[in-house]
Amino acid sequence: MQTSDPFSFFIHNLSLFASKTAAHLELSFVAIGVAIVLAIPLGVWLGHVHRGSFLAITVSNIGRALPSLAVISIGIGILGIGFLNVMVALVILAGPVILTNAYVAVEGVDADAVQAARAMGMTPLQVLLRVELPLGLPLIFAGVRTATVYVVATATLATFAGGGGLGDIIVNEPTYGTGGVIAGSLWIVVLIFAVDGLFGLVQRLVTPYPLRRLGRKARTDALIEASWEPSSHS
Amino acid sequence: MSLPVHPILAAGGGPVIPNFGGASKCVVENHQFCMSWFLHNFNTVFGPRLVQHIVLTAIAVGVGMVIAFTAAIIAYKENWFETPFSLLAAFLYGIPAIALFELLVQLTGINVFTAEIGLVSYTLLILFRNTLTGLRGVSDATIEAARAMGLSSRQRLIRVEIPIAVPAIMAGIRIAAVTTISLATVAAYIGAGGLGEPIFEAIQTGFKTEFIAAGALAIALAIVVDGLLVLLERLVTPWRRRTLQGA
Repeated sequence: MQTSDPFSFFIHNLSLFASKTAAHLELSFVAIGVAIVLAIPLGVWLGHVHRGSFLAITVSNIGRALPSLAVISIGIGILGIGFLNVMVALVILAGPVILTNAYVAVEGVDADAVQAARAMGMTPLQVLLRVELPLGLPLIFAGVRTATVYVVATATLATFAGGGGLGDIIVNEPTYGTGGVIAGSLWIVVLIFAVDGLFGLVQRLVTPYPLRRLGRKARTDALIEASWEPSSHS
Repeated sequence: MSLPVHPILAAGGGPVIPNFGGASKCVVENHQFCMSWFLHNFNTVFGPRLVQHIVLTAIAVGVGMVIAFTAAIIAYKENWFETPFSLLAAFLYGIPAIALFELLVQLTGINVFTAEIGLVSYTLLILFRNTLTGLRGVSDATIEAARAMGLSSRQRLIRVEIPIAVPAIMAGIRIAAVTTISLATVAAYIGAGGLGEPIFEAIQTGFKTEFIAAGALAIALAIVVDGLLVLLERLVTPWRRRTLQGA
């Protein structure tokens, strides 16, 4: 049903919004899941052995430089239209953020704490599981949160590659009219801030109480560092 | 091109391939990548779009820098200004490109101006934050020394604080430029031109070579600009390079 009023469009098309939102989130979370499985173990391991800073930093620089629509475009050229192509593109875009944060989180754990753990007779695996991971958790999760918001936003472009989701409404003015386009655009904005807020809440919950203040600081520091530290490496 | 020219190829409801000056077998059969087509059509299909893309990005980052720099100076002097401006910039930054462009189109129409408004609004958060972080990173001892030398607060800002903030500002410009290159591909959807245009053409025609070529050019542009800005950053901060080498 076409209408130029976005709010009445939204009210009259709740089931459309529900199904497109579900498809949108499914696409996003499958991509994030795959990216987590690939990137966190690698980043944590590199951070644990204090190696591969060049790899972690370069991957994040290149990852940040990749234009999302361009990645999707090449994906269409190689894999064709559909869910798979968009999935691959989203994993490529989300992976570097998660990898770099996981690396920085574990690599940057206070050397004194690691030293102390070793002196207490912990094996390397125990050091990783009992010291480095708990201390690095807020920053690792911050990476997942950033990547998730990025992926949910970018998944809007999936429609161009036949991947479905809310982009279907936003770019289909002939079917849904101006009201539909505006309603879809506003809805995706609401969804993104909701996802970000929800992950912020989860981030607080997964962070051990004494680390909560630290976690917030770590996230800010990492943002600032990530933005101008790499230049001194390249 | 010895093969017969097909103006339009529609193979069993399959992709419709546009005929850009003589269709080779590769183009007609829509192979993975037709290098000869790419080379023959670079000057007409990709060259001008590449230039447009660079201009779009340069204007957005330039205008964004003027706004963000001014805002950062104000926030540096008047602390209360930081939170509202950060919130606004973060809000704008959080909106997906296609949604922001669609919303802006309702206000200012389908044109380059609308695209630039959107692109500028994405640069603000990074440029503002980095400039302010750079300014605040100046050590108290340095400011003290400048004051002791008799510099006024204005002179301190121009001769001491801003120069020391340059590496952080340059890092911000670098991220903003790369981000803008990415978002400018989407801006083609609202008639801004640039490398997104051949991508949207290819979405209509299904022509694989155009998908891959336009995508690869946009990625190459982002990586080259990123590299060039690293070089520029080193050029404009010779003192930092010396300390880095000494370290």
